[in-house]
Amino acid sequence: MSEIVERTLSALPGLILQDSPSGASSKLGNLIRSITALTSRQEEEKLIQQELANLKVTVSSANTTLRQMKECMVRFIYCEMLGYESGFGYIHAIKLAQQGNLLEKRVGYLAVSLFLHENHELLLLLVNTVLKDLQSTNLVEVCMALTVVSQIFPKEMIPAALPLIEDKLQHSKEIVRRKAVLALYKFYMIAPTQVQHIHEKFRKALCDRDVGVMAASLHIYYQVIKDNPAGYKDLTGSFITILKQVVGGKLPADFNYHSVPAPWLQIQLLRILRLLGKDDPRASELIYDVLDESLRRAEINHNITYAILFECVQTIYTIYPKADLFEKAAKCIGKFVLSPKINLKYLGLKALTYVIQQDPNLALQHQMTIIECLDHPDPIIKRETLELLYRITNGQNVTVIVQKMLDYLTQSKDECTIIALVGKIADLAEKYAPNNQWFIQTMNVVFSIGGDVIHPDIPNNFLRLLAEGFDDEKEDRQLRLYAVQSYLALLETKNAHYPQRFLQVISWVLGEYAYLAKHIPVESVMTNLYEVLKQRSVTSETKAWIVAAISKLTALSPHCSLVDRIIHEFSTCPDTVMRQHVCELKLLRVEGPLTHKLFPLNSSCEDFMVDASLSFLDGFVADALSNGAATYIPRHQRQEEKMSREKALNLQPYGLCFSPSLPSASLTDGHSPSAVSVSSGISGNSGETGQKEDTRLKLDGVKKLWGKDGYLLKKESTSVTSVKPESMAVPLDSGISQSGDKKLQRTDESLVPFTEEEKEKRQLASTLFVGLGSSAVSLMGKAEQTPKKFKRKSKIGGNKVMNEESSSLPSHLISDGEGYTPPTSGTHLLNSDSHTSPERLDALGEGDVSTALFANSNMDIIKPLQSTSPNQGTCSVYHVPSLLPDLAQHPHSPVKESASDENLSIYFSKVWKDDNVLLAIIIVNRTSLVFQNISVHFDDSKNCTISSSLHCQLSQVDALGVQQCWGCVQMLIPCSAESVSGCISYQSELAEPCQIIFCVDFLLLDFIRPLSISTEEFGIMWPSHSNELKRKLTVGQQSFTGTLHNLQREINFHIVEIIGDEGLAACQMLPTVPCLLHCHFSSGLLTLWIRSHSSTLLDCLLRQCQKALEEL
Amino acid sequence: MIKAILVFNNHGKPRFLRFYQHFPEDTQQQIVRETFHLVSKRDDNVCNFLEGGSLIGGSDYKLIYRHYATLYFVFCVDSSESELGILDLIQVFVETLDKCFENVCELDLIFNVDKVHYILHEMVMGGMVLETNMSEVITQVEAQSKLEKSEAGFSAAPARAVSAMKNMNLPDLPRNINIGDLNIKVPNLSHFA
Repeated sequence: MSEIVERTLSALPGLILQDSPSGASSKLGNLIRSITALTSRQEEEKLIQQELANLKVTVSSANTTLRQMKECMVRFIYCEMLGYESGFGYIHAIKLAQQGNLLEKRVGYLAVSLFLHENHELLLLLVNTVLKDLQSTNLVEVCMALTVVSQIFPKEMIPAALPLIEDKLQHSKEIVRRKAVLALYKFYMIAPTQVQHIHEKFRKALCDRDVGVMAASLHIYYQVIKDNPAGYKDLTGSFITILKQVVGGKLPADFNYHSVPAPWLQIQLLRILRLLGKDDPRASELIYDVLDESLRRAEINHNITYAILFECVQTIYTIYPKADLFEKAAKCIGKFVLSPKINLKYLGLKALTYVIQQDPNLALQHQMTIIECLDHPDPIIKRETLELLYRITNGQNVTVIVQKMLDYLTQSKDECTIIALVGKIADLAEKYAPNNQWFIQTMNVVFSIGGDVIHPDIPNNFLRLLAEGFDDEKEDRQLRLYAVQSYLALLETKNAHYPQRFLQVISWVLGEYAYLAKHIPVESVMTNLYEVLKQRSVTSETKAWIVAAISKLTALSPHCSLVDRIIHEFSTCPDTVMRQHVCELKLLRVEGPLTHKLFPLNSSCEDFMVDASLSFLDGFVADALSNGAATYIPRHQRQEEKMSREKALNLQPYGLCFSPSLPSASLTDGHSPSAVSVSSGISGNSGETGQKEDTRLKLDGVKKLWGKDGYLLKKESTSVTSVKPESMAVPLDSGISQSGDKKLQRTDESLVPFTEEEKEKRQLASTLFVGLGSSAVSLMGKAEQTPKKFKRKSKIGGNKVMNEESSSLPSHLISDGEGYTPPTSGTHLLNSDSHTSPERLDALGEGDVSTALFANSNMDIIKPLQSTSPNQGTCSVYHVPSLLPDLAQHPHSPVKESASDENLSIYFSKVWKDDNVLLAIIIVNRTSLVFQNISVHFDDSKNCTISSSLHCQLSQVDALGVQQCWGCVQMLIPCSAESVSGCISYQSELAEPCQIIFCVDFLLLDFIRPLSISTEEFGIMWPSHSNELKRKLTVGQQSFTGTLHNLQREINFHIVEIIGDEGLAACQMLPTVPCLLHCHFSSGLLTLWIRSHSSTLLDCLLRQCQKALEEL
Repeated sequence: MIKAILVFNNHGKPRFLRFYQHFPEDTQQQIVRETFHLVSKRDDNVCNFLEGGSLIGGSDYKLIYRHYATLYFVFCVDSSESELGILDLIQVFVETLDKCFENVCELDLIFNVDKVHYILHEMVMGGMVLETNMSEVITQVEAQSKLEKSEAGFSAAPARAVSAMKNMNLPDLPRNINIGDLNIKVPNLSHFA
């Protein structure tokens, strides 16, 4: 009695809930109803978040019954289906599967299998429940457990479940056996080695008295035979027997589907036999009969019989050939191809494509149908037809087929299709081109339509083909000449825009082969290229190709006035890469003969002799060394040393009094070893160790000499006097620092003996700088403590040498010329996108060798602007630092302080360049101390990437000094705003590591740039963008143009055209995600259509528009 | 192998999703969106197969779909499945739903997502076809619903609630979506055959 009462009571809440209007199940109803009432995604998101919050409260409440939990799970499933993650519910799903009664358990299992994935950590919690249910006497529980195992099971727990599931293969119920087989299939898929021992049991399943179990085991067999066909040849007979029985109608009638006996089973068996018969005449021999039988029986005109026929045909053409089966299969294919039903036609074409290599005549038989299919309204059929044509292309039909493909290409918008098709066209054009004109024109279409999505191999192969040529020299000339003429014609077309890849191809060809077109003056070619160069849409990569072409053309016509103009125009251009190239061009012009040597005519295929060891610099290096420069130590070696030293002791005190204003201390970061170091290091690799040995020997003597110099004493006295707080540590350290000295002596091994004069200079230097810090001292190879300083020293040394040396220009040019060969020889032009420091480029223009070799550095130390002379020890602390002039000339955000501590202040500015966004970090030292080992680190951000040049190390910030570094920021996934945090760590003199944490916010609008396109281009681009958002917005303003311009001020887009009350605008998210806007204005209502490839970008941009309009 | 089964309506709203290969939540939604984009563009008189996408598993991937009244049933499969075979499997699935829900409509799927999953469990397990015989599937499902009745004595209540909901006028769903067009009986098959 009491039991009944209890049950009633426990059921009561459920009953009440069911009956009341706010009951659990109508909660789902409410949810669904309110969702369907919503119109915008934002509203939906809000509602679901609210719902999830409610659910969270409910599921975590202790009073929630399992029944209510079950209802909650269904709502969870619904939310997840709409794309809202509800991680907090997962554990409750597992709990429900553990604790619930059958029905609740079922929902729990379902939720788990929908929410979790194989490697989810919570999944382990489910294992026990599954094992328990597998052993249950209740059939339903066993089935549920098997189902969940086949959907999701942790790999490492297989051994626990395997014996239980193996047992189930002997279960009396066929449904359990069947599910057990599929569970084992799952195990085979995720861990084949674990189920190896039960292959015997698979065979038993294959011979099971129940057809369903046998059918399930075929899944396993298909997989294992696919993996190892040779291992299962003995089963061929069995499969054939089964198929014969099925085809012969021996199965119970309830296996029939539309009176076809077990069609899916037949399909599966035919597929297995195909695998077994492939390349095996003996197995094939056995299969012929049953294939014949299948073909004969499958005559009812139903979808599913065609499915069987299709499998038969494929099997016939896969296994060892037999003539009369071929005939029958061909007839079958005919049935498919000629069928009015479009699905069958599609499969017919597929079958034709499959067999065409073996039986080309079949295509002839159906040629008319194929031609019809070419104009079929269904693009999928067309595509399949083109695929078929691609296989039968030869020298005669190539023009027609390629024309058809091009027609299709111009219509298709799907990127995958374009990429695949363009590849095929390029392939065919190369293989079968009937003449030059056709080839070039076809490739022109390929490049213009394929745009920048084409596989990079295509332009590369094309250029190689042009460059390498054929056997016939005359033919080559004609091809190239035609290419040049055709490209010039293209460039002369007004207002034409071509994809970047195409422009690169054009500029390369013009640069290499324009000389072939004798009737066209080089100047006019250059003018055309110059016009392209001026286009705003051209990326800096393409610009580099164009300038390379112009450089080559300059060799042909050295006195062209246009070159001067280009040099003039671009030597001040903001794009540093461009500037570098133009500066090189400028220098090359001075050296006429050198230009010819660098750019010989028609020699793109000649092998370049590249002196990778840079041995030509050896003299230069030797000079530098003899002037006292330190040897270059490769980075890894430096690091090793650093490690070993760090292990020994950190002798920070010596860093104390480094001058804030050492002359030309502007090259001190780990990334940019000084000029001399680089060259000497590389030449050191060139195998001149013998010479090195010599110098080392001499050097040792010198070292000692210098060791006895008064210098050392001075040094010691300095450290004692000026570093009083640390003096305690010095004696303790000295023993180790001694060993450091020794090591250092070795690293300085290649120092050549000093001459008297030099000694004097050095002495002067050391006396001058000795009070300023250890650097001057370390010049002598003494008391070098920290690796950082060692680097600095080497740089100062190097720089001094630079200033003293009047190095020869040609040597620099040759070394640089290697990096300036035409694009074919390498892709360095593509890589040259590093941000060369503007100062250095200027210097390069003046012919200063030292700077040119730093081209890869992106960092600079700027002396405080106010501190004019090195001796002016105290200078006024200035408040807001300014950006480098080169960055400041771009639009940029105001320099803002983002974080600071008592020593350093960190300022930021975002520089909005046309083609990227730079983040400049300015570190200002507000104290009169020197800080060292400053490292800037950014945390990973989901949506943005910070270029590695900003994860940098600065060796030090001088007293009241300023350091600036900058790097590129990219937004990978569009989002309205993303804040990126990071930290700057540094060491003070007391060797205390300090850290400043900062945070920079990036907005989507930082990455939006106008996209200057014409209305025609807009028209072309519009349909090719698949994602669209439409929104009606109310605007206060009455003037449409005014609204649009106001909007433009907020969102940096380009207004393409305004026609009456309609407007077109275009912008792009960097690097190149175009976004098109179409707006219509009528009586205060602005309707916006936005299209782009990226739907997230659309969402974000629309939100920005909305916001901007609200603020107006 | 079947990689995923997607059911969405004519507006691209997901009504039933089952993935047999794990994808993160946002990728799943992306797949639904793009599949809808691909499928919805196609007329009813073109073929039921789509290839060349790269959403799931790269090139070895095709979409086989059927459009019933307000719903698209899309099966994403790899090359080891037969196109026509899957096409008929979709038919079997829908016919089974029709039997189990007595004239199935979009609302049945919305309110009984769980039940649809159980029906599918009997047909496809872990991406492999388990059972293609409709009556066998229905027997299994009915055995489970019997269990439902015996376990929860008042199981009629939720059913009542659902039928009440069915008759409610939901703003977004036109009334006429009900039943009629969705129940595709054998005669209609000749269209596909």
